[in-house]
Amino acid sequence: MAIENAVSADEIKVDRAKMHISDTDVAIDIVGMHKWYGEFNVLKDINLRVMRGERIVICGPSGSGKSTMIRCINRLEEHQKGKIIVDGKELTNDLKKIDEVRREVGMVFQHFNLFPHLTILENCTLAPIWVRKTPKKQAEEQAMHFLRRVKIPEQANKYPGQLSGGQQQRVAIARSLCMNPRIMLFDEPTSALDPEMIKEVLETMVGLAEEGMTMLCVTHEMGFARKVANRVIFMDQGQIVEENTPSEFFDHPRHERTKLFLSQILH
Amino acid sequence: MSQNDLHYVRTEMALPQPAPLRERGPVAWIRKNLFANPFDSVLTIIGMLIVAMILPPLIDWALIQAQWTGTDRTFCATVAQGGIQPEGWSGACWAFVNAKFGQFMVGRYPFDERWRVILVAIMFVALLVPLLMPRVPYKGLNAVLFLLVFPVVAGILLIGGVLGLSHVETPLWGGLLVTLTLSYVGIVVSLPLGILLALGRRSKMPVVKMLSVIFIETVRGVPLITVLFMASVMLPLFLPAGVSFDKFLRALIGVSLFASAYMAEVVRGGLQAIPKGQYEGADSLGLSYWQKTGLIVLPQALKLVIPGIVNTFIGLFKDTSLVYIISMFDLLGVVRQNFSDPAWASPQTPSSGLVFAALIFWMFCFGMSRYSIYMEHRLDTGHKR
Repeated sequence: MAIENAVSADEIKVDRAKMHISDTDVAIDIVGMHKWYGEFNVLKDINLRVMRGERIVICGPSGSGKSTMIRCINRLEEHQKGKIIVDGKELTNDLKKIDEVRREVGMVFQHFNLFPHLTILENCTLAPIWVRKTPKKQAEEQAMHFLRRVKIPEQANKYPGQLSGGQQQRVAIARSLCMNPRIMLFDEPTSALDPEMIKEVLETMVGLAEEGMTMLCVTHEMGFARKVANRVIFMDQGQIVEENTPSEFFDHPRHERTKLFLSQILH
Repeated sequence: MSQNDLHYVRTEMALPQPAPLRERGPVAWIRKNLFANPFDSVLTIIGMLIVAMILPPLIDWALIQAQWTGTDRTFCATVAQGGIQPEGWSGACWAFVNAKFGQFMVGRYPFDERWRVILVAIMFVALLVPLLMPRVPYKGLNAVLFLLVFPVVAGILLIGGVLGLSHVETPLWGGLLVTLTLSYVGIVVSLPLGILLALGRRSKMPVVKMLSVIFIETVRGVPLITVLFMASVMLPLFLPAGVSFDKFLRALIGVSLFASAYMAEVVRGGLQAIPKGQYEGADSLGLSYWQKTGLIVLPQALKLVIPGIVNTFIGLFKDTSLVYIISMFDLLGVVRQNFSDPAWASPQTPSSGLVFAALIFWMFCFGMSRYSIYMEHRLDTGHKR
């Protein structure tokens, strides 16, 4: 298995070399990244290069480190070895760099993490006003623009607690978009939602993908993966086990663990 | 199969109906709340009996038999005690409270200068009331006036010694003036200082964290009386000869630091209740530490611990009485001091004075309590998560 994996990774490297990729086209570059929780090696030798406009779906069993990996990209988690370069900026202990990266990287969480003491509109204008120093009026116009895009402008003056889960998640997406991020991270955005609400959130995400946003999604929505992903990454035990185009990944999984996983979730 | 037909389709949706009569109206309320079962009924009856036993004598003493006017102790003493009241008379001596009212309010503050205290009181109310009413605009300006400008103006007016105002030494201050000054300073200093200490205690920086922990644990571990006593007796020993600090100022500092330590722990409780997701949400948007703390974490944490904060305020308000240990006299102290006034000493004087003091304390504490409940409801944005 290990050999097969190495070969496929090499193939990808060769492909890239052929395409003459310039550095400005790289959105995220993760090289030899390791992370430990105490003695436990949660992420092992992660190598991942994401190009601008690429849409990547990351899946894998629970505890495989997929959430931890994307949380490293905006340094909600710290890595201990290797390099993470986001938008040309390497993530180190430099707090200024971290804030710069976070401004350009939007994140959507499983449990929304909206601010319950602020209205929907205030949730969306807070960061533009305080971080980007956008004038209030302009920030509000922009927030309404994105709220219209996620189809809930009429909820602008309500509080998050008054909205359904699906609506809250769409607000969370709008809140991230208000910072005009160049990269969006989604950490299981539909896992906490009722079946009827998953669709409305996925549709929003598909719309975003069609506009060319660079996206990394941890999700188990395989229909979504097939529809929008350029690449599917399968993780197990803190490592990237398989990486392929959606059609190849679903129809011809190569690694035993991937085959097992797909047979479990696709019934 | 055919005898077991599982087929059912609802053709009409059921409409909501009004609740049955038994569930509404005052009779239903009484039955539900006072006489729901035999045990409840017994408790209700016992409670009513207790009220019936206590209330009439209290009303009789405080209102009906009470002596409202008078110029000296004879009005509040029976004939046998050298007064004018009939034998067996027992009533409150409000005449005493009336005669001493000025002292209860400002202590021995010179009579001709009391307009300064009244002016400060008017400013205090004029600035505090609009600040507490959410609908009044200019909150920022109001807060600056109340928290920064008012203390300076009030200090100049009350202490004097400048602008042609005569100097009034703080040992002359007393009564409600001392109680409110100590409480105002204590509250205004302890809330921000307590928040900083709480944040310090949760800081990742070891030095900041250690200093906060040491301060909180030391101050909390020592009785307030000890702090006040040490500030009054021991501090002068450490200061160079000739340098002295006003006794009242020392009490102010002591009370403020003391309340800060308690406040810090209350606020820390609130900080711990904020889910990690809120911090991550703020981080992911690129907010700095102070933006995250000030805009996301503290507003939610403080709202959660309003009951604890007000509890600390109320405790602080009543603890101000302990300044008697350094011979300062707050409201309670002045009232007690006046028991020994030979012109008014009678069996009814102490109880009347104490009831009056209790009533004033209660009014302020109850006001704070009700306002905090109002604020809690107002800030509740209809979520629990």
